[in-house]
Amino acid sequence: MHPEPGDYVEVRTKKGVFKGILMPRNRFSDENVVILKLDNGYNIGIVPEEIKIIKKGHFEKKSHKRDIPRRDYVPTISFIGTGGTIASYVDYRTGAVNPALTAEDLVFSVPEIVEECNVRASILFNILSEDMRPEYWIKIARKVKKELSHAAGVVIPHGTDTMSYTAAALSFMLPELSGPVVLVGAQRSSDRPSSDAYMNLLSAVKVAKTDLGEVAVVMHATTSDDYCHIHRGTRVRKMHTSRRDAFKSINTQPLGKVNKEVVFFQDYRKTGDETVLMDRMDEKVSLIYYYPGMDESTLESLLMDMHGAIIMGTGLGHVGTHLLPIIEKAVKDGTVVGVVTQCLYGRVNLNVYSTGRKLKAVGVIPLEDMLPEVAYIKLMWLLGNYDIDTAKSLLSKNLRGEISDRRMITW
Amino acid sequence: MVNDSVKIGLEIHQQLATKKLFCSCDSDLRDEVLYRFERVLRPTQSELGEIDRAALEESAKKRKFIYEVTPNSCLVEADEEPPHELNRDALEIALKVALMLNAKIVDEIHVMRKIVIDGSNTSGFQRTALIAVDGYIETSFGRVRIPTICLEEEAARKIEERDNAVVYRLDRLGIPLIEISTAPDMKSGEEVREVAQTIGYILRATKRVRRGVGTIRQDINVSTGQGRVEIKGASRLNMVPKWVDNEIERQRTLAEIAELLKSRGAEVDRTIYDVTDMFSTTQSNIIKGILKKGGKVMAVKLKGFSGVLKSEKYRLGKELAERVRVIGIKGLFHSDELPAYGITDDEVSKVKEMLNLSAQDAFVLIAEKPDKAKEGLERVIERAENAIQGVPGETRAPKDDGTTVYLRPLPGGARMYPETDIPPIRIYESYVEKLKESLPPLPAVRVEELKNMGINEEIGWQLIKEGVDDIFEDIVKKYGYPTIVARALLNGCEYVDYHKIFQNLHAGKFAKEAVDEIVERVCNGEDIDSVISEYTSSVDVDAVIDRIIQEKKDLIYERGEYAFKPLMGLVMKQLRGKVDGGLVSRKLKEKLNMYIEKNK
Repeated sequence: MHPEPGDYVEVRTKKGVFKGILMPRNRFSDENVVILKLDNGYNIGIVPEEIKIIKKGHFEKKSHKRDIPRRDYVPTISFIGTGGTIASYVDYRTGAVNPALTAEDLVFSVPEIVEECNVRASILFNILSEDMRPEYWIKIARKVKKELSHAAGVVIPHGTDTMSYTAAALSFMLPELSGPVVLVGAQRSSDRPSSDAYMNLLSAVKVAKTDLGEVAVVMHATTSDDYCHIHRGTRVRKMHTSRRDAFKSINTQPLGKVNKEVVFFQDYRKTGDETVLMDRMDEKVSLIYYYPGMDESTLESLLMDMHGAIIMGTGLGHVGTHLLPIIEKAVKDGTVVGVVTQCLYGRVNLNVYSTGRKLKAVGVIPLEDMLPEVAYIKLMWLLGNYDIDTAKSLLSKNLRGEISDRRMITW
Repeated sequence: MVNDSVKIGLEIHQQLATKKLFCSCDSDLRDEVLYRFERVLRPTQSELGEIDRAALEESAKKRKFIYEVTPNSCLVEADEEPPHELNRDALEIALKVALMLNAKIVDEIHVMRKIVIDGSNTSGFQRTALIAVDGYIETSFGRVRIPTICLEEEAARKIEERDNAVVYRLDRLGIPLIEISTAPDMKSGEEVREVAQTIGYILRATKRVRRGVGTIRQDINVSTGQGRVEIKGASRLNMVPKWVDNEIERQRTLAEIAELLKSRGAEVDRTIYDVTDMFSTTQSNIIKGILKKGGKVMAVKLKGFSGVLKSEKYRLGKELAERVRVIGIKGLFHSDELPAYGITDDEVSKVKEMLNLSAQDAFVLIAEKPDKAKEGLERVIERAENAIQGVPGETRAPKDDGTTVYLRPLPGGARMYPETDIPPIRIYESYVEKLKESLPPLPAVRVEELKNMGINEEIGWQLIKEGVDDIFEDIVKKYGYPTIVARALLNGCEYVDYHKIFQNLHAGKFAKEAVDEIVERVCNGEDIDSVISEYTSSVDVDAVIDRIIQEKKDLIYERGEYAFKPLMGLVMKQLRGKVDGGLVSRKLKEKLNMYIEKNK
């Protein structure tokens, strides 16, 4: 019989005889090495001369179906699983990080949720955050509309890498909402005792029970487990690779915060009677990061066949003057070109320097203090749902709180 | 004290003097606190996907952890950045130790996560890796096996425990630790001491272990055939035999008590009685005080326990008291010690009557707030029931008087799973062979080397023990003076620049008699340069020698080279205590030879 992972085995090696459970191969491991979980719990890698099976075993994947009691005095919240750290768990024996198999698994890692709401849970898809694409945004938006006819609010656990993109996409695709749409993630997976998933998820549920008629992101506000911030879906950005408080509202204050209660810091759109869905997207839009040394042919190829482009310019919104003719040609050919700043903080202004004035003259649209990713998604959505002139005029108008006309010194 | 049923094992944790195990922070302790943050740790889903509801409530109620950020802690310690790759410097030291302990190094090292949710690890787990197996050391009592050697990260330092929060400092978190566990092969306290000392020597022989209080920690496991008792933090070597032998004795007495209780058919009545009424007019100040604050006096009945709680031979009452002291109850009284503490004979009789006690029965009272009294008595019941069985397994803390005191139950089996953020490390045979060639000498070999440098064996062992044998060798090879160097190193302190002192001595700046005083003064905080200049003789050695040679021309003419001895006497008459004799002798010889050569 061939030894398989899960078998309790005796391994003869040059260094003596070892007994333990044979573990699955690790992709970083040397190919001559087998991994053994010893009786004391430790894993070691050893070079075997002979492996004898003492007892056959197997790793089973377990999923637990639980009955969730329904109560009338709490609202129903719908959970739409999409994948990501928050929705993954570790197989304690193999150490493999697996996607949560059911939405119940996810919800039940934070049992307090059941005290806050009746849970309606489903897994829409299970992808890595970095594999997100516009077609998935459309799926989510459609699912949200459907769920909001059954639930008071929607919570979407999401991978953090592209969570702010999804938040922006849903913000535009759902112009009117009958309930809050709350995206939430985790920077530490929920199999860890220190995971931020618990507080984030619980806070997200609390926000989903309010009258917020917008798409929001709820994540840790600080490195402490003290409170969460509520970020407007069109103003939020992941600003750190690994910290719990990676998500920040840019060029605005957060919408509010959550610890025991939800507190809003500023005005927000209230929930309406129905949910409106505008789910078309024109994917022929590019997001271009200008850098010193970018040559004409590079920019040309990035603009080729595009219906729209967002250029992340330097400072107030500039690109090298040698690129002006390329941009002028693209605009003349009908490409909608907007400019935002790689500074992220602050507003673009094409009136201050001559390059700015020239960009404006060739038809580039300055996009105020909009985040680059948000402008990119907004342009895809505008081109998908409106004619080109309307799209052009709406691009620099504030539709979902993505643009503000005042930025305060105290933020 | 040797007995076949006695099994003692030792676990040694030694910090390494390298950067931290999974980041580039320094491994030292700091008082400077830059920032504080708060966290909560939660029990995670078990392998079966279940969460222990009780544990969850426990964590929700109490567990808030405040972490103090120090200059030597970064985002990794704060659990805000994934761990970096395992520190190769620390690994190499640990592997060398493993080889010196005759252990076999695993072919591939896998870092694990050991779940710990008391807050001492910000992540909620301790990272640990098994690096070698099947080692041993030889002792005068025979071979002691060392089944496992691990490399792991040190926990955060507990600073303060408050009602609803624990404060930890991150300076210590992540310092590399070698964990050496022996098999339960030892039989006596003296043997444990020898093993601990030998392993300690080997660790220090690497010259890369941290020194000072708390940098090495020892836990001793003692079993006499029943429960296993872990003596946690038994680090003082000279106390080890006492702690161990007292524990063996304690376990024997408990076994005897169990026999006696069984023969009496002893049992514990699990009912908790409210006996407050018996004390309505009590004169006991302790009980009066507690009753005034709304407390109660509660009791349990221990059938057949009379004379076991406290007598010439037995002190089970102390064990019961220890169990409730850890939850803050001091007011525990039992029938073997009453009447006393203001509790009268009459009150004792009334309690006995109410509980319907016979002559062989005993009772235990706790005066406290009702809930707490109940919680305390439940612990008493549990411990008393254990007593009928024998020796319960538990963790105990060592005390200065050589005894130990109950600390907590034994930790349960650790839940471990792989640390997926750190790739495994393949250890090739060729690398191990290279390490074997660069191992530091074992202490016994080292002592011989030191002896050959001009000191006796005892001093040699002391130098090794203090970890100053390398600096000793350096200085002696350059300047000589082995006994003076050894004395200076053993009496002195860490921050003295010994090289400078002996360099100056060698250059004749002062006499060797001055070394002890210089070392002492520098240890007391004086500036080394000014102390040295104070001792530096203002005498011009060359001038003195030249003058005497001129004065004693006749003598030199008569005796030639043999004039050295009388001349030396004359020179030293003037320079004794000011200039080192060896130096004077060298110079005199030189000048004398030159003079003779010139005047041939």
